[in-house]
Amino acid sequence: MSVDTVLNAQRTPDVIQPFAELGLKPDEYARIKEILGRRPTSSELAMYSVMWSEHCSYKSSKVHLKQFEGKAPKSAALLVGIGENAGVVDIGQGYAVTFKIESHNHPSFVEPYQGAATGVGGIVRDILTMGARPIAVMDSLRFGPADALDTRRVLLGVIAGIGGYGNCLGLPNIGGEIVFDETYAGNPLVNALCVGVMKHSDIKLAKAVGAGNLVVLYGAKTGGDGIGGVSVLASETFGANGSAKRPSVQVGDPFLEKVLIECSLEIFAEDLVVGIQDLGGAGLSCATSELASGGSGGMKIALNTVPLRDSSLSPEEILMSESQERMCAIVRPENIARFLEICKKWDVTVTLIGEVTDGDRLEITWNDQIIVDVPPRTVAHEGPVYNRPFSQPEYINGVNAEKISVPIPNSAVEVRAAVLKLATTPNLADKSWVTSQYDRYVQGNTIQSQPDDSGMVRVDEKTHLGVAVSTDANANWSYLNPYQGAKLALAEAARNIATAGARPLAVTNCLNFGSPEDSGVMWQFAETVRGLADGCLEMGLPVTGGNVSFYNQTDDVAILPTPVIGVLGVIDDVRTRTPMSFNRAGLELYLLGETHEDIAGSEWAFMHGQRGGQTPIADLTREMRLIEVLLAGCSEKIFSAAHDLSQGGLAIALTEMVLRHSTGAKVHLANVGMDLISETPGRVVVAIESAKTSVLIEVAKKYDIAITKLGTTGGSSLTINEVEIPLDELRQAHTSTFPKLFG
Amino acid sequence: MKVGVVTFPGTLDDRDATRAVIAGGAQAVGLWHGDVDLKGVDAVILPGGFSYGDYLRCGAIARFAPVMEVIIQQGKRGLPVLGICNGFQVLCESHLLPGALTRNADLHFLCRDQKISIENIETSWTSSFTRGEEIVIPLKNGEGSFQCDDATLQALESEGRVIARYVGENPNGSRNLIAGITNTRGNIVGLMPHPEHAIDPLTGPSAQGLGFFTSILNALVK
Amino acid sequence: MAKIVVDVMLKSEILDPQGSAVAAALPRLGFSFAKSVRQGKRFEIEVEGEVTPAQLAEAEKAAELLLSNPVIENFVVRVEK
Repeated sequence: MSVDTVLNAQRTPDVIQPFAELGLKPDEYARIKEILGRRPTSSELAMYSVMWSEHCSYKSSKVHLKQFEGKAPKSAALLVGIGENAGVVDIGQGYAVTFKIESHNHPSFVEPYQGAATGVGGIVRDILTMGARPIAVMDSLRFGPADALDTRRVLLGVIAGIGGYGNCLGLPNIGGEIVFDETYAGNPLVNALCVGVMKHSDIKLAKAVGAGNLVVLYGAKTGGDGIGGVSVLASETFGANGSAKRPSVQVGDPFLEKVLIECSLEIFAEDLVVGIQDLGGAGLSCATSELASGGSGGMKIALNTVPLRDSSLSPEEILMSESQERMCAIVRPENIARFLEICKKWDVTVTLIGEVTDGDRLEITWNDQIIVDVPPRTVAHEGPVYNRPFSQPEYINGVNAEKISVPIPNSAVEVRAAVLKLATTPNLADKSWVTSQYDRYVQGNTIQSQPDDSGMVRVDEKTHLGVAVSTDANANWSYLNPYQGAKLALAEAARNIATAGARPLAVTNCLNFGSPEDSGVMWQFAETVRGLADGCLEMGLPVTGGNVSFYNQTDDVAILPTPVIGVLGVIDDVRTRTPMSFNRAGLELYLLGETHEDIAGSEWAFMHGQRGGQTPIADLTREMRLIEVLLAGCSEKIFSAAHDLSQGGLAIALTEMVLRHSTGAKVHLANVGMDLISETPGRVVVAIESAKTSVLIEVAKKYDIAITKLGTTGGSSLTINEVEIPLDELRQAHTSTFPKLFG
Repeated sequence: MKVGVVTFPGTLDDRDATRAVIAGGAQAVGLWHGDVDLKGVDAVILPGGFSYGDYLRCGAIARFAPVMEVIIQQGKRGLPVLGICNGFQVLCESHLLPGALTRNADLHFLCRDQKISIENIETSWTSSFTRGEEIVIPLKNGEGSFQCDDATLQALESEGRVIARYVGENPNGSRNLIAGITNTRGNIVGLMPHPEHAIDPLTGPSAQGLGFFTSILNALVK
Repeated sequence: MAKIVVDVMLKSEILDPQGSAVAAALPRLGFSFAKSVRQGKRFEIEVEGEVTPAQLAEAEKAAELLLSNPVIENFVVRVEK
């Protein structure tokens, strides 16, 4: 095959190159020429195009994301911040935790099973790359209308993919979300989160330092998976003319990933690497350029040594291949023999593909001919930055001015019907039909998983130190007011951690939006980032990393702005956690926080076709005081149970609590309809022994949080004022939705 | 007393099984799939997972691992062996136990807290229980439907070799609700649900799985 | 290059939930021709040159030992040109 070498590029400056087909704009192509002082070779063009794509370069979001560092609160816990594969936080006792959430949206629409599976695989490798043992996964999912035919195809594939891959890795799935909305039809969101744990001294970074050190590729052989996928994916919407550019699908091998995890951890334990990077989007292009730019010198790679699954691949294709389950490590020559030995033990393919040099260029050869010769930072970090225009879209004023008109249940018949209807609706219905397809027990450290407010895993078996994680997004609120929506999602995720007694420590995020080329979408994005950065500063929580997914739209219709916020918290002794529900009669139920008429963006409004109105205003200082009450309630053993109120309000919170251990409750509500359906943020239901009443009142008073007595636990019904709903009937309503739709 | 816990590439529950062995009072010894001797262990556990990816059939490749050659040999001579989930599949593929585990009837992977009744307390792994005792331990698998021909089923039933049965609705289509079986000698047990995930109510649905690990200690002391 | 093909099918008395799922899906898509469906596996094994009787015998052995589980499955070995 004829190869476009650097020499050839110098000799043939006027060759016409398909930069536009690769997603590059004319000015971007011109800049590449300027950087190199010549036209790029086709391999260089492939690298730049894929690394300068929206997905890899964050070119539209960068200017906004800077706020996460600019407004970052002082946090002693932050060990590794934004910019690495995943942020790392100190959780005490010498342990560090890393966590990150990442989207795999478009691939999951094209091929749901493999899209979701490789999404899990990718985020797990990101966590592994930091030097951590992955300990749990979670996933936040959005689909089109629950009863649409294509939703069935996508949902069943995604669930099977997450389960098929995650179960085979031996990582407990500890929670997540499933939400349906028509804007996600054709644009499902698959956001996968992984948590990993390590000792402080084990943290690894993506850097190639030390001239003479070896560049080692290990894991799967390279095939034609997803070539051009990343670049083309994030550059084109799925419009009428977009289909030709859909990528070839990447196929995952979870068994190989499991072996790769164990093999890598053994390598890390013997301290055999100086730097490491996984191969994800943009494959070798990304790994080599990022490792080289993270280091001090240059790098030399002999591309023809890369082991191939398909021998017909060209150098350009090898550079762009997104074959899964591959890692790239920088290893000192004296450690290489042991490195190879460990790979042999695990039967993992390993190849020396190059070395670190003392120059400042990334040089890639193909059978000794130079095909890439670039300054690595220009590929990995100094890509284009766009200050895209943004302005408040027209719909905002309109929807905010809308007066919501929904029936407020009042009579006994209406109240009963409302509770059952909320319990049944797909967004609020019991998700165990889905979560029972995921392994939540493996590793033997799972303390909480779905349907608890947060997932919780034990980190140390002797001290019982643990971490809790929650992901939350309320796209209905973000649609009405993206600034408030982001803050409210942050508050909810933090509250979900704190109800169990864990102290919120750090934030990750996955920001899912439509096209950044639409000024209205860009405004939603800018407002979201501003809200999240302000919120994190106010709550003292550092953002440790995140992911942006643009172009989630079909033709002109964008998805609802969907910032998924993940909060991680730490709990010193998991045995002391506050459970989500009660299992005995005679406890008293209290509501922490006040209820207002917050119907805009609520599930009740959504069920009645209402999307307008104004969101609640996030009061984060009050949220922080509420968190203190929750933490005190746990540490002082005041609470027998605590459960967060969110979508579906008190009606759903009570439903979930009484069904959890089949222990009923009897409550009296002054303003029954509004009390049940309102989604005022900053509220938690707690159960206490009556002897604890005065302590509760004292703590609530100390932190200035309103409390209201709701009723008592016991019986085999949920009784609201004079309305008695037998638990069996409530359970039937709550649990039958998913099997009926998807079974 | 030493209990070996085998790790094949793709084994997932080896750490859990190790923890359970220790909780049961024995010493746990890690065995690697390539090992050709059993390091002097008194019993062996084949834990759950997806050995070698389970791409061909569950347990089909693991059966030919070097460590299995020794286990098959010694199992036939009376070495106590407990196969959990994938381990049960390996034991069937190795013909140490009859029958086979096939896809769940509804084709979905299923992870849930499962009630089972212990029906044979004469084996090396079940003596801590009482006959008919009902326990709740996790069930989690995609291919847990126990199948065999009628003659085998009749033999299993008439010889009392069904050691555990699902209580209530059949979770996966297993014949006669079979959750676990033993060989004629009672030293080899295959069990689909996971007792190693139920040794502490903090992390499992109960601590009722512990009985399998205390049983082996009793059997070895005897 | 010649090919040895091994078809592995669940025995007829063994429950085949995958086949049943396909059988149930066909009428939903408007196909009415199918009375029942069984799902199996097919292995394609390439050999150098023509297939020799010795190779075929080996394939039979491999099918019995590894590719199928005789407890629940039957297999057929054949040569494909």
